[in-house]
Amino acid sequence: MTEQTRIASTFAALKEDGHLAFMPFITAGDPDMDATLAVIRELGARGVDLIEVGFPYSDPIADGPVIQASYTRALDKGLHGNDIFEGVASLPTDELPALVAMASYALLFRRGVEQFVKQAVEAGFAGFIIPDLPADEAEDVGKIVRAHGADLIQLVSPMTPKDRAISILKAASGFVYCISVAGTTGVRDDLPPELTEQLNWLRTQTDVPLAVGFGIKGPEQVDILRDAADGVIVGSAIVRMMEGLGKSAEGDASTLAEIGAFAESMVQATQKK
Amino acid sequence: MSTETAPQKATSQVPDSSGRFGEFGRRFVPETLMHALEELTREYERAQQDPEFLAELDKLLSTFVGRPNPLYFAERLTEHCGGARIYLKREDLNHTGAHKINNTMGQVLLTRRMGKKRVIAETGAGQHGVATAVACARFGLDCVVYMGEEDIRRQKLNVFNMKMMGAEVRAVSSGSRTLRDAINEAMRDWMSSVEHTHYIIGSVVGPHPFPMMVRDFQAIIGREARQQCLDAETRLPDEVIACVGGGSNSAGMFYPFVDDESVALTGVEAGGRGPAPGDHASTLTYGNKGVLHGSYSYVLQDEDGQTQDVHSISAGLDYPGVGPEHSYWKDTGRVNYVSVTDNEALEALQTMAKLEGILPAIESSHAIAHTLKAAKQRSKDEIIVVCLSGRGDKDVYEVARLLGQDLD
Ligand SMILES: Cc1ncc(COP(=O)(O)O)c(C=O)c1O
Repeated sequence: MTEQTRIASTFAALKEDGHLAFMPFITAGDPDMDATLAVIRELGARGVDLIEVGFPYSDPIADGPVIQASYTRALDKGLHGNDIFEGVASLPTDELPALVAMASYALLFRRGVEQFVKQAVEAGFAGFIIPDLPADEAEDVGKIVRAHGADLIQLVSPMTPKDRAISILKAASGFVYCISVAGTTGVRDDLPPELTEQLNWLRTQTDVPLAVGFGIKGPEQVDILRDAADGVIVGSAIVRMMEGLGKSAEGDASTLAEIGAFAESMVQATQKK
Repeated sequence: MSTETAPQKATSQVPDSSGRFGEFGRRFVPETLMHALEELTREYERAQQDPEFLAELDKLLSTFVGRPNPLYFAERLTEHCGGARIYLKREDLNHTGAHKINNTMGQVLLTRRMGKKRVIAETGAGQHGVATAVACARFGLDCVVYMGEEDIRRQKLNVFNMKMMGAEVRAVSSGSRTLRDAINEAMRDWMSSVEHTHYIIGSVVGPHPFPMMVRDFQAIIGREARQQCLDAETRLPDEVIACVGGGSNSAGMFYPFVDDESVALTGVEAGGRGPAPGDHASTLTYGNKGVLHGSYSYVLQDEDGQTQDVHSISAGLDYPGVGPEHSYWKDTGRVNYVSVTDNEALEALQTMAKLEGILPAIESSHAIAHTLKAAKQRSKDEIIVVCLSGRGDKDVYEVARLLGQDLD
């Protein structure tokens, strides 16, 4: 494993430019895969650095109401895992931002971890976030993911004590997903002051880039994180905009434009020096 | 992962320190909860070694809950079947009318030890919600109970009870609006409140240490029943039967018998309307190995890993998962799991009421229904002990509705 992964080289290039990574999260299949692919293309065109693609799951305990509702909508329409893989495989993923699959361990386990990872990597995913697979259980999954040349992203929460964080960081690659607040996904008004403290400490412990997610709503918060983090993740705010998709052609066009404009404002904020 | 281990012989020496019952159990939860689970595990282990904690729990169980409850010889039920002698373990006689309070008393004492002031819980039938509300009232803790909208409709009486005890009942309208969704909502609450809140899970499900801890608090059912059977019959029963929702009354009943090889153990799942997906809640009978609500166990899910909808007449058995120790018992062959339909349960409830003057909970009626079949297969000198996990008062509106009678 000497070759740099796609995610690692993405962050390395950003670091040279002095930019933060902007990583939007979107739900796959809400309202359908065509819409998802259109959003991915739009986000790519606006210059985002990575895209997290959420695999809808029936019991997403780490997610707040907005993402849960979007998962439910997608599943109610009969979305299957294979639809996501096939849809993503139809994209020119080499020319797009790196795609990271966010999926519950329940989904990986049922398909078979090896099979899930293989299908995902073949479709063009560069990494995996498995929010309900703590580091303690992640060793075997990590080996499989690395064998496919991808990254298994580790998560650190405000509730993670230092000794635990140290052992989590040992397995980290790609980036570390730093959860900004204890709780589920969802937009929040402010970020806790302890966050920068924790980020500064994590920085002394690892060279792996730190990306902050949960509760980020817009460019204003990028400034707070500029010195402490290497990337920001926005989820619920974009998923909420996606609620406008799939109703009418004009609605789709204006929603895509809205998502695009938001993404661009985030990209600008993350590129400010 | 999945290092498929060959099914070994079941022992009572489980789980290991990482929460494994054979291959099952463990922790599949967001990182935000990991530290709290580690802390809870440590605090629970300390409490188990603390004579003061154990004495306080014992005292509460005897003076507040009303333990030990009787092992009752059901003479007319026995005559009716014409086979094995049937004994009922009367968990229905506990304060609040079900076994659930054995667990909430233990966990509330732990909550106090940890210095937490707020408790959350999920409930299906409402029995666990009531037992939690009661325990919190008794110790002056804030209590929020998550309950699916569908269950709020079926279990009105318990909803009112909880409110009387000062608990806040939060209706859950996501997904199937039943127990599984209530657990999701409680987990989400816990993710953001874990520093000052304890989550009292109501069954032997969820991440380690819950399946172990809830089993231990419920094992008083089996310990008492085992001794009471020895006292009454000078020998152990031939078969022990209990209903399985998440699996707590059955785990508590079975656990003290696991190493008694002569005792057959039978878990009874909700067979609902029949074996088609969505028509039942028989996780061990029809399910696959998978991950749900933080642990690895059998689960009812589709080929993608999405949890399937379930159905049961009983709000307490209406759950697409099951405790990991049951999965271990199933795969080792230690416990035999069977399934009983809505109609069979409803009939058993009426039989029990008419013959014994006892109105069982609709959950417990599943165990009774199977007991009626099993007793007929056994000779008159054999003994069956069945866990009567709760009383049926909470079910009268729903039962009347199903029997075409109107109480309003
Ligand atoms: C009386 C009674 N029995 C059984 C159950 C099922 O739960 P478990 O399988 O955890 O005992 C319930 C759950 O609400 C209940 O109220």
